[in-house]
Amino acid sequence: MLEIKNLSVTVNDENGRADILKDINLTVEDRKFIVITGPNGGGKTTLARAIMGLAPVTGGSILWNGTELADKTVTERAKLGVSYGFQQPPRFKGMKVADLLSIAAGRKLNHDETCSYLTKVGLCARDYLDRDVDASLSGGEVKRIEIATILARKCPLMIFDEPEAGIDLWSFARLTETFSEIHAKKEATILIISHQERIIRLADEIILVADGHVKDRGPAEKIYPQILADTVSGCNRLEVNGTC
Amino acid sequence: MLNDVQKHILEVVAAMKNGETDGAVNIRIDGKKAHRVNSEHIRIESKTDKDGIDIHIAPFTKHESVHIPVVLTESGFHDKVYNDFYIGEGAEVNIVAGCGIHNCGCDDSQHDGVHTFYVGKNAKVTYSETHYGEGEGGGKRILNPETILYLEEGASVTLDTTQIKGVDDTKRYTKAVLGKDAEIVITEKLLTHDNQYAESEMDVFLNGEGSKTRVISRSVAQDNSVQVFYPRVEGNAPCFGHVSCDAIIMGEAKVKAIPAISCNHVDAGLIHEAAIGKIAGDQLLKLMTLGLTAEEAEEKILEGFLR
Repeated sequence: MLEIKNLSVTVNDENGRADILKDINLTVEDRKFIVITGPNGGGKTTLARAIMGLAPVTGGSILWNGTELADKTVTERAKLGVSYGFQQPPRFKGMKVADLLSIAAGRKLNHDETCSYLTKVGLCARDYLDRDVDASLSGGEVKRIEIATILARKCPLMIFDEPEAGIDLWSFARLTETFSEIHAKKEATILIISHQERIIRLADEIILVADGHVKDRGPAEKIYPQILADTVSGCNRLEVNGTC
Repeated sequence: MLNDVQKHILEVVAAMKNGETDGAVNIRIDGKKAHRVNSEHIRIESKTDKDGIDIHIAPFTKHESVHIPVVLTESGFHDKVYNDFYIGEGAEVNIVAGCGIHNCGCDDSQHDGVHTFYVGKNAKVTYSETHYGEGEGGGKRILNPETILYLEEGASVTLDTTQIKGVDDTKRYTKAVLGKDAEIVITEKLLTHDNQYAESEMDVFLNGEGSKTRVISRSVAQDNSVQVFYPRVEGNAPCFGHVSCDAIIMGEAKVKAIPAISCNHVDAGLIHEAAIGKIAGDQLLKLMTLGLTAEEAEEKILEGFLR
């Protein structure tokens, strides 16, 4: 079980102090499929990165199966079963796709295993096994390889940060099937940051994060219509004539 | 009879298990010929006017290889050798050279290998050269390779040079002169550490119409080491050339890249790219999220980069 208590993240940048997450409280039961959604800049990615240890936590607690993660390193959290698919994954000059997947799995994967992970993200394995994870791959290709690394890790907690970003419609359909399969087999707790209705519809529960808070949570049928109703415009001060 | 140190070095620099391999072979140990074998279409002869060998590869030779590794184990030994390759028209050949220095003494050991290639019309050559140093002695391990290539019409060369570890001082020079439709791909990989110094100079002359080159330099400079690169490409005809230098710096290391491209013909297209920097933070973090420690992540990134 994932329990987040009074979590806050504050950053100091050139614009001064900014509270990115403000007193987040959240409990996620094992093997649930949760989608975190909400407006850009609302704190979704920071929340996911804070769980993985990639964002410095200012206060509060993150318990994973009763173990406090807040004082653990990224590597320690990974070894405790937390995995995180980057929104913008880095590229590695000279590193083969097959090697990256083996690192993710923690052992040398055989040809068939590597192929199966690539197929699950809609990539034709034959074309990619020997390619480098470098700038020769498109953004969508790198993103799908990133998701494959999370599948290869087989962690009990899988966090995906906007897995749909940059991915074509056909591959996206394959990807949603993969998420459904993992969920149906109850293989892991899945936490996905997403804005896609198709992913939202798959979830057991939707958590709406905005302005650094959990604004609401509940089943898709309850939350999704609310999101649509709130999405009148990109500016909440928009007046009838279209000007702020 | 080879000893264990010699066998180890031959395996590292020329992938020869127990000092053995197929095809034509010339092993040079501490300035002397230790072993030589000719193959059906490849003849190796000692030079009579200076130290070194001539390697004659008959026209249209296929599926034959040449291994010419050099091993230095005597501390304080200075070796200079001239190896000339005559590659006949249409031949397709794989050439493996390499030099390993095992220096346990306090005197400097040095090997300067000058390799000249005359690559015939439409011949295809793969040439790999690995440099490596080991031994606990305080004496320096110095390697100064010079590689000169002349490519006739339609000839193509893939040149891979690697300096893996343990070479204290190196000054490398590579020169290629390309005729019509000739092509050369030069990949240089370099790792320096401690107080090592490496300098690599390259001149590629694209003289023939339709000639092409790609120069790829990948290097890692660790500790207090210093590297300097001067890749230069000159386009004197309708041709294409691309130079890319990528370096990772660590610790107190310093890397300088000074690429130069000169177009002397209106249809010459030359590009250069150079990037030097430390390992990107998000690369380390990504591998750490996969369960590696920061040190393991760094090792994996360097391993791939210098593959």
